[in-house]
Amino acid sequence: MNGLLILIPLALLLSLGGLVAFLWSLRAGQYDDPDGAAMRILIDDDEGPTG
Amino acid sequence: MTVAALTDEGLDGGAVETRFAVPDMHCAGCIAKIERLLPQQPGVRAARVNFSSRTVAVSHGPTLSEPDLIRAFDSIGFEAQALHSAAASQRGQALTPLIRALAVAAFAAMNVMLLSVSIWSGADGSSRHLFHWISAAIAIPAVAYAGRPFFASAWKALRAGTTNMDVPISIGVLLATSMSLYETIVDGEHAWFDGALTLLAFLLAGRVLDEMMRGRAASGAEALVRRTATGAMRLAEDGSSQWVGADDLAVGDRVLVVAGERLAADGVIANGRSRFDLSLLTGESAPVTLGEGDTAAAGTLNLDAPVTLRVTAVGEARAIAEIARLMDSASQGKSRYVRLADRLSRLYAPVVHTLAGLSFAGWMLSGAGWHQSILVAIAVLIITCPCALGLAVPVAQVVVSGTMMGKGLLVKDGSALERLAQADILLLDKTGTLTLGRPTAEGAATIPEAQRPIALALATASRHPLAIALRQALVGLGVSAAPLEDVVESPGEGVSARHEGRAVAMRRPRESELAAEADDDRAAVALDLGGDAPIIVRFADALRPDAADALTQLAELGLPARIMSGDRSDAVGTVARQLGIPGEGNMRPADKMAVLEGEIAAGRHPLMIGDGLNDGPALATAHVSMAPASASDVGQQAADIVFLGDSLLGLPRAVRAARAAMGVVRENLALAITYNVFAVPLAMAGKVTPLIAAVAMSTSSLIVVANSLRLRSAVK
Repeated sequence: MNGLLILIPLALLLSLGGLVAFLWSLRAGQYDDPDGAAMRILIDDDEGPTG
Repeated sequence: MTVAALTDEGLDGGAVETRFAVPDMHCAGCIAKIERLLPQQPGVRAARVNFSSRTVAVSHGPTLSEPDLIRAFDSIGFEAQALHSAAASQRGQALTPLIRALAVAAFAAMNVMLLSVSIWSGADGSSRHLFHWISAAIAIPAVAYAGRPFFASAWKALRAGTTNMDVPISIGVLLATSMSLYETIVDGEHAWFDGALTLLAFLLAGRVLDEMMRGRAASGAEALVRRTATGAMRLAEDGSSQWVGADDLAVGDRVLVVAGERLAADGVIANGRSRFDLSLLTGESAPVTLGEGDTAAAGTLNLDAPVTLRVTAVGEARAIAEIARLMDSASQGKSRYVRLADRLSRLYAPVVHTLAGLSFAGWMLSGAGWHQSILVAIAVLIITCPCALGLAVPVAQVVVSGTMMGKGLLVKDGSALERLAQADILLLDKTGTLTLGRPTAEGAATIPEAQRPIALALATASRHPLAIALRQALVGLGVSAAPLEDVVESPGEGVSARHEGRAVAMRRPRESELAAEADDDRAAVALDLGGDAPIIVRFADALRPDAADALTQLAELGLPARIMSGDRSDAVGTVARQLGIPGEGNMRPADKMAVLEGEIAAGRHPLMIGDGLNDGPALATAHVSMAPASASDVGQQAADIVFLGDSLLGLPRAVRAARAAMGVVRENLALAITYNVFAVPLAMAGKVTPLIAAVAMSTSSLIVVANSLRLRSAVK
């Protein structure tokens, strides 16, 4: 029973963190273009000489 | 307008953002190409690709118009279609609160479910009591927040004395929450917090998808009237002239219309002779020469020379205002179409209320006591939750319209797919719809190979439609331009220049040069390329590629085609014979509308395909309508679906996709109803515990979503 008193608030706190993180990512526009983000990693931005 | 002037104008004033659909993007290379090359175009400041939705947001100077930007896309090798930004941002405004509510409901549901699973697994005594209290602490604020969209809509319906789908949902959620709170206080066995939250989460998921498919009100008529001039240069008796607004013009006024200006009022030409672009009213792209005594309508564009016009109609009496009125009344008729989901929800609310009321009454009569009777009624309200029902239609439509977008078919709203699936007769405009609506050079290959580079260089120097057509034909033959000196373009005459010291020209042919083929009424251009005789190149408005193939496929799908055109009857006859379908010419916008109304009155569901402003009323009247991306603003706004590219094969593809979508929607509804047939009697018998409700609700919703995902491969 004592374990529960620690674990339950901890679990709730963690999931609340998840919710806050989701709402933040929604606001920051992370879901606007998921496919594009996967593609952009392949764009070679190096215009200058390679060395 | 020269390129240099465009750049300068484009750089003053604030930037404007316009969104374009670009379905041809396939890879990281395309993203890089658009984002790097587009800002190098004059007037364009920045471009940002959204690969998931295949759109590009372009930030540009305020003077750059949509056609300019579409040309800019064209020059880097992409086909683009403007999306109207106001509508997109409005949609985002309605969507974001729903997504936020969905996130809150889903996270709360997961946490409460975790506690509920412990209870179902055997937690009892003080643990169960504690878990119930924690669930209540999470669920009550979450329900209060995430349930607002439903409560607000239900309250609005109740105040208006009606009922909708949200009324049983709100009653169910609120009753379940308050009963669970009571159970928690008295340390009862079952609490329904998880049920109430899961219900909200699934319903909100359906609501979010539905909002994505909701159409925006098309104001085609408004765009039409905007195409007329805002005013005109009025000539006074003493010969002086003064600029007056369109509203201040009166019948009998004499106005001066210079080349390049649109007419603000209907009138008769009193003085002068010029060529006019009548495409606004007739859809015919070839310019028409009008002289003294001829009538011209507002919105017509004067191409060549200044003329004096005697005003015969102003304001609401103008022909264009008449079209606007026709479109207004037509779109009101279309808004009467009730979407499948809305028709179902009208049936749903009374049925659920009756079932819950009957269960409550039945259990009370059998002497079970109010406490147990209310619990059974709540179980009925929760188990009949329209989760699967709410997901059945929007999931299928979102999946299909997403894949259609990738194939260059832009669907404006979900009900368009429902209506397209019902279409059983096809009516087409000719110019710009069956044909490309732009001239194509037919004799480019007859130019001697050595002289083709000179011809290309001359054609590149002009932005006249015939010059552009010649340029495209020559580029298609793999020609590259020769250097020219002293290039001069004189309006109405052509382009003259010098090549290696010799005079060369691309010009309007003389009467004598055309005498040999006097019966050929196609547009022509004469080329002096240093040879002996001038070369005459003919232009025609070619049929779209695959037009015949597309019509055959549509006929196989049960949509016989017919042409309705404002063009001359013999021109319509030629195209109709080529395609083997009936056709009628010389039709005014009101005639087309009357034909469509007749078909609808006869119980058929016409699919109208057109592009011109003169097709606007017909597009708005038809059961469902499509327009090519090359269509006028009004045509695109009045149409339900816009297709990109020159091919007409998108039409049968769209019909097949819409029918596949409706097939899946029907399967989904059948699944949802089957689920209710089994679940409702159990609930009424009092056999449903929160555990059974949670499993049944999630399973039915997931099956519906999985079934809809099969549609990803339906658009071929």
